[in-house]
Amino acid sequence: MMEKRFPRIVVAKQNNALVISALDDAAARIGLAVGLPLANARAICPEIDVFDADEIADGKTLSGIADWCDRFTPLVALDPPHGLLLDITGCAHLFGGEAALMNALCGALTRQGFVVSAAIAGTPACARALTRHAHGRIVAPGEEARAIAALPVFTLGADDAITRGLRRVGLKTIGDVAARGRHEIAARFGSAFTTLLEQALGQSDAPINPRKPLPDFIVEKRFAEPIATDGAIAMTLASLARTLIAAMEKQGKGARRLEAVFFRTDGAVRVIAVETGRPVTRGETIDRLFRERLDALADPLDPGFGFDLVRLSAVRTDLVIQEQRDLDTHVRDNDEVAALVDRLAARIGSHRVVVHLPQDTHIPERASVPMPAQQHLAAAMRAEWLERIEGEPPLRPLRLFAPPEPIEVTAMFPDGPPAQFKWRHRQCLIAHVEGPERIAMEWWNRCEQPLSPEPDDEFMRLHPPQGEVAVARADGSALTRDYFRAEDREGVRYWLYREGTYEREVQTFRWFLHGLFA
Amino acid sequence: MAGNGSSAGTLARLRDRIARIEAGRGGGMPGRAALGHEEADAVLQGGLARGAVHEVFAEGRHSATASGFIAGLAQRICANRPLLWVRQDFSARESGALSMRGWRELGLDPCLLVTVHASDVESALRTAADALACDAFGAVVMEIWGETRLLDLVASRRLTLAAGGSGVTGLLLRVAATPLPSTAETRWIVRPARSPSCAAWQAWGSPVLETRLVRNRHGRTGQWIMEWKCDECLFRDVPFHGAQTYSQPVAAASADRPDRARVVALRRTG
Repeated sequence: MMEKRFPRIVVAKQNNALVISALDDAAARIGLAVGLPLANARAICPEIDVFDADEIADGKTLSGIADWCDRFTPLVALDPPHGLLLDITGCAHLFGGEAALMNALCGALTRQGFVVSAAIAGTPACARALTRHAHGRIVAPGEEARAIAALPVFTLGADDAITRGLRRVGLKTIGDVAARGRHEIAARFGSAFTTLLEQALGQSDAPINPRKPLPDFIVEKRFAEPIATDGAIAMTLASLARTLIAAMEKQGKGARRLEAVFFRTDGAVRVIAVETGRPVTRGETIDRLFRERLDALADPLDPGFGFDLVRLSAVRTDLVIQEQRDLDTHVRDNDEVAALVDRLAARIGSHRVVVHLPQDTHIPERASVPMPAQQHLAAAMRAEWLERIEGEPPLRPLRLFAPPEPIEVTAMFPDGPPAQFKWRHRQCLIAHVEGPERIAMEWWNRCEQPLSPEPDDEFMRLHPPQGEVAVARADGSALTRDYFRAEDREGVRYWLYREGTYEREVQTFRWFLHGLFA
Repeated sequence: MAGNGSSAGTLARLRDRIARIEAGRGGGMPGRAALGHEEADAVLQGGLARGAVHEVFAEGRHSATASGFIAGLAQRICANRPLLWVRQDFSARESGALSMRGWRELGLDPCLLVTVHASDVESALRTAADALACDAFGAVVMEIWGETRLLDLVASRRLTLAAGGSGVTGLLLRVAATPLPSTAETRWIVRPARSPSCAAWQAWGSPVLETRLVRNRHGRTGQWIMEWKCDECLFRDVPFHGAQTYSQPVAAASADRPDRARVVALRRTG
């Protein structure tokens, strides 16, 4: 026995009043309409189910549907709040023609519980106008103006003010508007509206703005019987990889970023991407990268009732330069390093496999910057690092703490070298100490908050303080540091610094342990 | 007891055969990498074996010293081939991140270093095993902080097999951990040693470490105090270590100066 269902409406706040923003058939039958205030609706029928509008959830659902629509064409654009634009140029024949494609799309969406209104036309604006009034129309090229002539003006989707204005001057249909001189319309309603009108009439065209860039190469496989086992998925990917490689080879391309898209029968879509450091030209490599990626997924691929479409696309490709391999094994080694880096990056993420690039700065923690090895391996192998000074012991520590760890230091006198300090609950007695080495922050890079000199001090104004003083900031991030190299009784070597210069920047010192020497 | 002599001979022959089989397995870059420290090299029969796994243990406070030691070993082993350093995220928090300026100061080349930041021990182990199995790198360092049950005999055996198959050397840096049974070729325990005493303005020289070779599958063990020579990129015996004072040449009286006054250049501090 089915429970009795009341008419359902969705309300949203407009101009400080709750008005209906969507309703179901039962609500429409009793005379409710979009735009009616909730109070009026309750007066018409007290027994209604009211829901609050949730635009974010609507947006998510729309983009989920857009993901699903990727199976028909790679060019899908959002047309908020409720529309999707699909560019099916060159795709329709794959589904048995435009009518068959539209039937398949609308049928599947209706089965999933959506109410669909679709139309096919030569321009997006024309198709959009049709969907608002006549579901299922297919307009032949050149017929746009005739097809939409009888439609009311609101279907154009212009601002409410424009639609009201048109109606007020007696232009009720698009045909009426099109019959007037273009300059008259533009003078009253603006050129944006005439552009829209021209697009709707098929006199000019504007491309849609697809959600994703068009991949360079796409191969896909559809299944009459959905596949669900790991083995079948792996085999499908392997055969797709071979096809993709064959297609790319003809143009001398190799893939830099690959995406495997899994369309589940219930509409869910899962995209898995892998990146490579250099163009991939072998099917086995693609296969292997995807296997690594699929194995390492935090939430594994859930086939549910199976996938009925698997697509592999090369989103980014590069020209492959076939190089003559010489007998130098160095080249071969680098290729192998790059291949291993790609595999590791596919599994644990490219930001976790890094090379180091030198930076032109003397701030210790910024002297080198880690970069993803996939993209910067070649640059890192050629990088030029500061030469060490012959005969000197190491002047910089092997390990650096980020951020530096605060320590309690006992010094002989306030700005003297440290005598002992406490680090991680341990007292360290210093046997040797060398320093200080002063490292001032880069005042030329940090002039966002310069301290203005005292206006009455003539000398200060003529000779602005150099460097550290001008940029000393309250949070201490730009204070001058005096570094000491210290060795304790055991032989452990520390790199300590005292923050700030006495009386110019700070009144009491803070000490930090920045690194440990080997 | 009769036949004792012949059975000893059989045993020797078998040992010899096993040694041959084991030596034959390594491909790629076989052989041994000399450390430069004569006594240690003698005990290691020419140096650290390539295509095997070596372990270095250190206390938590001595992590930088152990890193320096293992970086030195890697440099001796790799010889201009790239090095992969796999470390756990936790390790960087406990003992600091590797600094490339410091790496350069030790005489090593940061261009040849690829670092992997693994989120946990399991991922670090898998990465290291993969890297050891393919001969792209000269050596793979795996740095793991603290005790872990994942690095058991099975895991260690897997690493050893991978290293043996490809000829890539695995170096295991274990900070703040107690040694467990493993299939490593050698095991070292490293701690810093005090710098030789010197003038007050000269705080220290090159890194000095006290290394104990506590396990060596094919030879004796030993204990040495070594110094890493940053310019030559090798380990050396420390001269005068332990001596509290030692004589330095001083200028002779001005009347007769056979030994010219040594001008001691003050080292710059920055």
